[in-house]
Amino acid sequence: MAFLAIISLAIVRIRNLFAVVMLSGIYSLLMASIFVILDAVDVAFTEVAVGAGISTILMLGTLALTTSREKVPMHTPLLPLIVTFITGAMLVYGTWDMPAFGDASAPANLHVAPYYLERSMVDTGVPNVVTAVLASYRGYDTLGELTVIFTAGIGVLLLLGRRRETPANKPEPKVASNGGSGRSDPGKNPAPNDDSSAAKDGAA
Amino acid sequence: MDFLVSHYNYWIFIFLMMLGFYVVVARGNLVKKIIGLNIFQASVFLLYISIGKIFGGTAPILIDGNGTDPVIYSNPLPHVLILTAIVVGVATTALGLSLVVRINEAYGTIEEDEISEMDLEP
Amino acid sequence: MRHHVILRVVAKLGIPFIMLYALYVQFHGDFGPGGGFQAGVIFGAAFILYALIFGLDNALKVAPMNVVITFISLGLLLFAGVGVAALFYGGQFLDYGVLANDFVSGQHLGILLVELGVGITVAAVMIAIFFTFADRGR
Repeated sequence: MAFLAIISLAIVRIRNLFAVVMLSGIYSLLMASIFVILDAVDVAFTEVAVGAGISTILMLGTLALTTSREKVPMHTPLLPLIVTFITGAMLVYGTWDMPAFGDASAPANLHVAPYYLERSMVDTGVPNVVTAVLASYRGYDTLGELTVIFTAGIGVLLLLGRRRETPANKPEPKVASNGGSGRSDPGKNPAPNDDSSAAKDGAA
Repeated sequence: MDFLVSHYNYWIFIFLMMLGFYVVVARGNLVKKIIGLNIFQASVFLLYISIGKIFGGTAPILIDGNGTDPVIYSNPLPHVLILTAIVVGVATTALGLSLVVRINEAYGTIEEDEISEMDLEP
Repeated sequence: MRHHVILRVVAKLGIPFIMLYALYVQFHGDFGPGGGFQAGVIFGAAFILYALIFGLDNALKVAPMNVVITFISLGLLLFAGVGVAALFYGGQFLDYGVLANDFVSGQHLGILLVELGVGITVAAVMIAIFFTFADRGR
């Protein structure tokens, strides 16, 4: 767990985004090993596959499509530091009354979990209790989760699906709207015409 | 001292949570903000799973014990909830990263203060 | 540039085993760690590895975009279909017990089909997202 803290500090401080993405992949692997120590094998499996695999690939893809260095911050972040400390102190105060680590008689382990552990073999005949709870006892939640993944996939397809607009194939704006011209570069549209006319002059 | 030993897991994960929170709030680069959000989420998962751990237990896959003493399993319910949360987290990250790509194409930069300056221009 | 040959050979050897392992994790989710989500992500990773090594054009020939999009909806349809089929057989929504002759084998069948639907959708979503990101940069 000390490794996790060191890697998180490095992620905060390092400015080269490629290194930060690699460190987040290592962070995900360390998290998975801690999950195995805490007896959560299904969760470790999912975390490794999703965190160190898919998440790293997507961030590298984003870095390939955008820049790869972070800017030096202009002002000292005093107010965020104060807010972070106050929030951390309140959270630590909130954990004062929580049950001890690994306690078998904590309220979280008393009510529903023994019922699932005892009845899972009788009700479903599946030895893996996590799969039985996920697919049968709490199947409705899994349906909602699948819908969330479906929606995210559709969202990414809608956002990034069409061919990227370069200045060569950008369509001519038909009406100069009064609100939207703040962002578009007014020098972009005459440029292709200039280039093509210059090329024609050069070839002639 | 006993209190320190029995509660240190909560405090370490709160420290990680605050690191992720600081990255989201204080850094201006959008990709770093998303990575900070991932750190925050990951520390919440660790906190949750550590609550479900029982000393002397094993993974919640039913095995045949040796017949005399019952096998102690760790609590399976947080595993299910965190499994859902991890997958929802990666869906959110994918959508956020595609939004960052679109923002970069529209504004030319992914630093937050430069984007605000461009928005404030007439 | 010579090391591209090593990458290609190792990938060609490894990708079928990755897909086989994904199928193993999918169908042994009842007896060990595993299940739909993990299997879907591993299966998508096999396709992403192919696209990384052999280029996006070859990968689009293997898995065209509209086929992948169809599979996204097929998985969710399978899951919801199992729930609605339980309604037709006289039980409640997502009550797997009525799908077969007795309660426990109905649960087995229901869990199997549901995990298969989850695996198909997750794999297709991962492949679609990666292909979209890669296509944007071309």
